[in-house]
Amino acid sequence: MKIIDPHIHMVSRTTDDYQALALAGIHAVTEPAFWAGFDRGTAEGFRDYFNQLTVAEPGRAAKFGIRHYCWICLNPKEAEDLALARDVLAVMPEFLDRPTALGVGEIGLNKNSRNEVTVLELQIALAAERDELILVHTPHLEDKLKGTRLIMDAIRNEPRIRPERVIIDHAEEHTIGEIKDRGFWAGLTLYPNSKCSPARAVDILERYGIEMIWLNSAADWGISDPLATVKAANEMRMRRHPEELIRKVFHGNPAAFLGQSPKFHAA
Amino acid sequence: MSILKSPLSAQEILESTFLENRARILEIAAFLDRIERADDAAEARKDFRYQAVLHAVGCLLAPSGNRTGAILHRLSDPTTEPIPSSAGMKSAVGAWQEVTREDH
Ligand SMILES: [Zn+2]
Repeated sequence: MKIIDPHIHMVSRTTDDYQALALAGIHAVTEPAFWAGFDRGTAEGFRDYFNQLTVAEPGRAAKFGIRHYCWICLNPKEAEDLALARDVLAVMPEFLDRPTALGVGEIGLNKNSRNEVTVLELQIALAAERDELILVHTPHLEDKLKGTRLIMDAIRNEPRIRPERVIIDHAEEHTIGEIKDRGFWAGLTLYPNSKCSPARAVDILERYGIEMIWLNSAADWGISDPLATVKAANEMRMRRHPEELIRKVFHGNPAAFLGQSPKFHAA
Repeated sequence: MSILKSPLSAQEILESTFLENRARILEIAAFLDRIERADDAAEARKDFRYQAVLHAVGCLLAPSGNRTGAILHRLSDPTTEPIPSSAGMKSAVGAWQEVTREDH
């Protein structure tokens, strides 16, 4: 079966992982811009990172027959410094123009602070001006519910953005209902300890249906699993869900959302 | 909303996952016992995270099909306004402090 992992941080993964993805049938990935585990000091640091996302990673992936796409943004963990944020926003358009950049992401909130909201609003405006897709990072743990609501309010305040062109990622049982009610796509992240297990993710699919939902590994430099999507697909199989449904969740759905960008071609 | 019925019967769910969940509940019991054995156990029992775990355990006993959502709600920051600054704060702890303190 072919799978698309629409949220994975390959800059943090080894070449072995690319091989494992390819062997497991994951032949297309999309990589949002995120926090490196330390704060970058300058906009030039982000420029280097955006080059890595748009040039180096597609090259690494291609050696294994994997199509690599990316998202460009200033992530919320580095959004407290407004001066730096403005500098980074100024370089983003050049990279959003690149052939594998699908939109603005992963933008959102981390600790739900005022400056984070300001930087989020600036990036929503940039996405609206350019008619970009948006991939949203929602905060973790106790900050998720409040942050998800603040983010959805900020997006709704921008009338040029249609909710079906936005995916709200890292949804869980307490946020998925509101995300779907507001007409956004929802992402379920299969991440050990802090997010969903494959079993819980499939429970959510059973409770809320499979429309406008994707699953991803969000594998990065933390304790994470680049094959998490394959394991969740297998969880569906073990529960005897039909193959065509599994294909829709792991390939059809991400292809439908991502295909709203003319740059995306599903492998 | 189009729900997707699980093809598994409740009996099949018990057959396939009882053992792993038995192990999980023992892990939680052992975690609480381990805290009890420590010299500062009395202090830990007042900690908002300890209280959050006890509250979550209580939620397991509720006759509901949405225990997961209920627990996540209770662990969440219930405020609605952005905080003044996130300088120096990168990560979350997993439970919201004031809520659990008020409740116990
Ligand atoms: Zn991410």
